[in-house]
Amino acid sequence: MATLHSAPRFTRIDGLKGMLSAALGDHLVEAHEEHGELLLTVHRASIAEALKLLRDNHDYQQLMEIAGVDYPSRAERFEVVYMLLSLTKNSRIMVKCSASEDTPVPTVTTLWPNAGWLEREVFDMYGVLFDGNTDLRRILTDYGFEGHPFRKDFPLTGYVELRYSEDEKRVVYEPVELAQDLRQFDFMSPWEGADYVLPGDEKADTPPVNDPKTTEKPSDTGAGKATDKKAAEKVSAGAPAEEDGGEDAPAPEPTEDQPARAKRQGKTTDTAKATEPKKKAPAKKKAAAKKPAGKKAPAKRKAPAKKKDDK
Amino acid sequence: MQIEESPTTGDETITNYTINFGPQHPAAHGVLRMVMELDGEIIERIDPHVGLLHRGTEKLIEHKTYLQALPYFDRLDYCSPLAQEYSYVLAIEKLLNVEVPERAQYIRVLFAELTRICNHMLNIGAHVMDVGAMTPNLWVFELREDCMNFFERMSGARMHHAYLRPGGVHQDVPEKLLVDIGEWIDTRLPELFGDAMSLVLDNRIFKQRNVDIAVVSKDDAVAWGFSGPMIRAAGIPWDLRKSQPYDVYDRMEFDIPVGTNSDCYDRFVVRVKEVYESAKIIKQCLRDMPTGPIASTDRKVSPPKRAEMKQSMEALIHHFKLYTEGFHVPAGEVYVATESPKGEFGVYLVSDGSNKPYRCKIRPTAFSHLQAMDFMSKGHMLPDATAILGAIDVVFGECDR
Repeated sequence: MATLHSAPRFTRIDGLKGMLSAALGDHLVEAHEEHGELLLTVHRASIAEALKLLRDNHDYQQLMEIAGVDYPSRAERFEVVYMLLSLTKNSRIMVKCSASEDTPVPTVTTLWPNAGWLEREVFDMYGVLFDGNTDLRRILTDYGFEGHPFRKDFPLTGYVELRYSEDEKRVVYEPVELAQDLRQFDFMSPWEGADYVLPGDEKADTPPVNDPKTTEKPSDTGAGKATDKKAAEKVSAGAPAEEDGGEDAPAPEPTEDQPARAKRQGKTTDTAKATEPKKKAPAKKKAAAKKPAGKKAPAKRKAPAKKKDDK
Repeated sequence: MQIEESPTTGDETITNYTINFGPQHPAAHGVLRMVMELDGEIIERIDPHVGLLHRGTEKLIEHKTYLQALPYFDRLDYCSPLAQEYSYVLAIEKLLNVEVPERAQYIRVLFAELTRICNHMLNIGAHVMDVGAMTPNLWVFELREDCMNFFERMSGARMHHAYLRPGGVHQDVPEKLLVDIGEWIDTRLPELFGDAMSLVLDNRIFKQRNVDIAVVSKDDAVAWGFSGPMIRAAGIPWDLRKSQPYDVYDRMEFDIPVGTNSDCYDRFVVRVKEVYESAKIIKQCLRDMPTGPIASTDRKVSPPKRAEMKQSMEALIHHFKLYTEGFHVPAGEVYVATESPKGEFGVYLVSDGSNKPYRCKIRPTAFSHLQAMDFMSKGHMLPDATAILGAIDVVFGECDR
């Protein structure tokens, strides 16, 4: 596959895989290349010798990182991955070995002094033991922390939470209590082998009924009596407009007091006035008041004001 | 007789005693607790306790889709957020084998270098303040503020950009912003930064506090896994931008400043010189940046434009799928490291073929450097510890993850 990405390009050494596989000999379990990176799997017992070999004979001078990975389904569930860097050959390789909770990995602190903290971190997060590391304390988690948080079976929320207790004047630890369930979205497509029951799906699996339910009399159906003529009678009073024969419904009462607007200054005519039909004597009334409702409106407007005063 | 019996300084027997440096100490650059064993004022042993800022980022990332996990990287080293995103985005792209348009590559390099300047402004300022100078810090913080303003115009956020995306960048940059950056690089940066450094570089007190402090030999620097300015100050011209170029770094012309003495002063000067080199790279980016798309046109990776969504049903579906389910990454594992301002920042990404990373191990730059704190400060005075720590350039968001 052609390389399209623009990730860091380090030197590709031809035949590196063959060369290192031959050099590691019996230590090696498997070597494979993917995405342009060489991955060497070695036996756990000989990880230190293998790395020493790579450092001294093949110029991988720097240990950049030790990563732990958890694969709970495997017999030896953990993988410890060492990232090596060669400054002189400008090359990177990954070397890994597997481990379980009770099979210690030989330490490489004798090869690289900075392996100390890196191993401590793997121990802290996964509980992988390193044989020969004299300072295998926890490193990132809290003092007195229990468990190994990056294991796949460790819940994301953890088991304890801490808060400052005003009563005890110190930080107290309590079991985690979530106000809301942790949302775990599952993006598996139902068409591609997701294995879960959608709400309502459980009904689909119920076996078909042998004797379908039948009704013989109309009363068995649970229906009432048939409708009679009375049902056709008009019950509702109908909308006001219909009832009064075309008169406009009164405008809704204003929600708050509106003072009468002052007359416009200057020569311009009031818009309401201007838009009103000429024949309707241009009354002294101000607002857009419509003809028939014109007299009613002011009286109604006062009502809410009164109420307010009462309060 | 009585005078002879009274104790003199030579007669006193002082046993070693331990003190706590931190967890809350202004010179600790965050929450670092160092248990120091002192003989008088001489440091005998240091045991740094890290992890006070541990948030379980790597675990959280395992529960998010690839795109949702991106903003966590801003929050690691909050002084150089884009540099962290860079490694992660490149790791995803490597697994997906997706092509990034040229303009996006230039934009990334440009802002990664601006991030480097921004980061060094903080570290340089903090370092000089740790050893007693106040003024340069205030001056370089003005430049840092300028950088922040540029970032805000780039992404809308001053610090947590979430700007780099698998396949490109989130949005195009305005033309005016590029013009302003160019102007800033030409005038304000050299002026103000030059002024600030003229106060420090030849300063007698600054030199007294830094020269010959924490000298690390080349062999030690390699063995302890040093990277970035720490390894360059030891005289090894190792820069991932040069030796393992990503994006368009191979087209850039810049020099790698190296130290000669491998002490705190050299580390400081290497950073100062790097600022000028970054400025060079930014200028070249501005000069050569082509026009064109800013993200991959592979719609299975990067979302379509909003306008397109209004017209095309397919674009709408792509957008919906990318922001709910996200893209699936082919199974495999890669380790991708870039040159962050602090050193090698690596991401070890394991994919099981689903839309969430199976494992995302972050290689912080500070881990190896801080671990060497013990042997670097052995035999130095207590106040030197702050200078050494300042020259390491440690940020705990990244160290503790």
